[in-house]
Amino acid sequence: MANTPSTLTLRLNGAPEQVPVGTTVAALLERHGWLGKRVAVERNGAIVPKSAYEATILCDGDVLEIVVAVGGG
Amino acid sequence: MTTIPPQKSCATTTDATDLLDDAALLRYSRHILLPEIDIEGQTRIRSARVLVVGAGGLGCPAALYLARAGVGVLTVADGDTVDATNLQRQILYTESDIGRPKADAAADALRLANPDVTVTAVPHRLAQHDLDALVAASDVVLDCTDNFATRHAINRACVRHCKPLVSGAAIRFDAQLAVFDVRASASPCYHCLFPEGENVTEVRCATMGVFAPLVGVVGALQAHEALKVIVGCGEPSWGKLWLFDGLGLEWRTIRVPRDPACPVCRDRPNRVE
Repeated sequence: MANTPSTLTLRLNGAPEQVPVGTTVAALLERHGWLGKRVAVERNGAIVPKSAYEATILCDGDVLEIVVAVGGG
Repeated sequence: MTTIPPQKSCATTTDATDLLDDAALLRYSRHILLPEIDIEGQTRIRSARVLVVGAGGLGCPAALYLARAGVGVLTVADGDTVDATNLQRQILYTESDIGRPKADAAADALRLANPDVTVTAVPHRLAQHDLDALVAASDVVLDCTDNFATRHAINRACVRHCKPLVSGAAIRFDAQLAVFDVRASASPCYHCLFPEGENVTEVRCATMGVFAPLVGVVGALQAHEALKVIVGCGEPSWGKLWLFDGLGLEWRTIRVPRDPACPVCRDRPNRVE
């Protein structure tokens, strides 16, 4: 997918997604209605701590998975 | 990664001959044959105190393996009673247990499985205060519960008392497994991974369904990891989340760092570096 200079392409839960350059993890979560939900964010194989959501700026080619907490037992 | 030595309380109070007589040497011989366990490791298992919170699909197999492996003191806490829908997967119970407190029925079955083990039943839902006392008296804690409020309460108690926590969870065909060992300064706690937040969907087995052998897989792995923590063998498992896709039969691992701003564990003492 070709990016305009102001966008970059991520892979989110297995599907490509274009977001504006400078998008943070917090903004991505908000865009999908996940902010404040019981989820963890995996970025390129590691969980992003919640306290880093605002400061973590996404890069072109980042692979992200939203991991929903399982609670059953 | 830092290797965590077994806790002193596991090994130094009693020597092997007090804990492993001839019958025990025979019963546990297939553990003792493993060089990673040997007599020393089995002695640690015999003197370990393990708390299993939740005696449902995960807690039944976890407690059963821990009992058969010969842990010294096994405490099983659950406030529910056995009902007919449990019997599909909660392998400690039979039809005659329907209506009984799960903790009591589980304790009876565990004592039958291995009379060597001191089994204590806690047949009520734990308030934070009770949980703190039980966690403080344990060497390792297994979270086998079915709700997030209890999961966070167990985690807080484990952080406060600096105890390793083996967390399992399963629903439908999906499962998650993680070890949080806050004795290691770099280990996250449960809250570093899943901060408290709103549910994405209703996730209880009572309403969503759960595949029977899935809880056996995960509960057995919780016992597996707890015994590794007790013995001190293998690679430490903290700092990772295992995701199991039971339909695709695939495991996936994600690295989980500590959250330096985690409201639960940011100020915790670092007893082992």
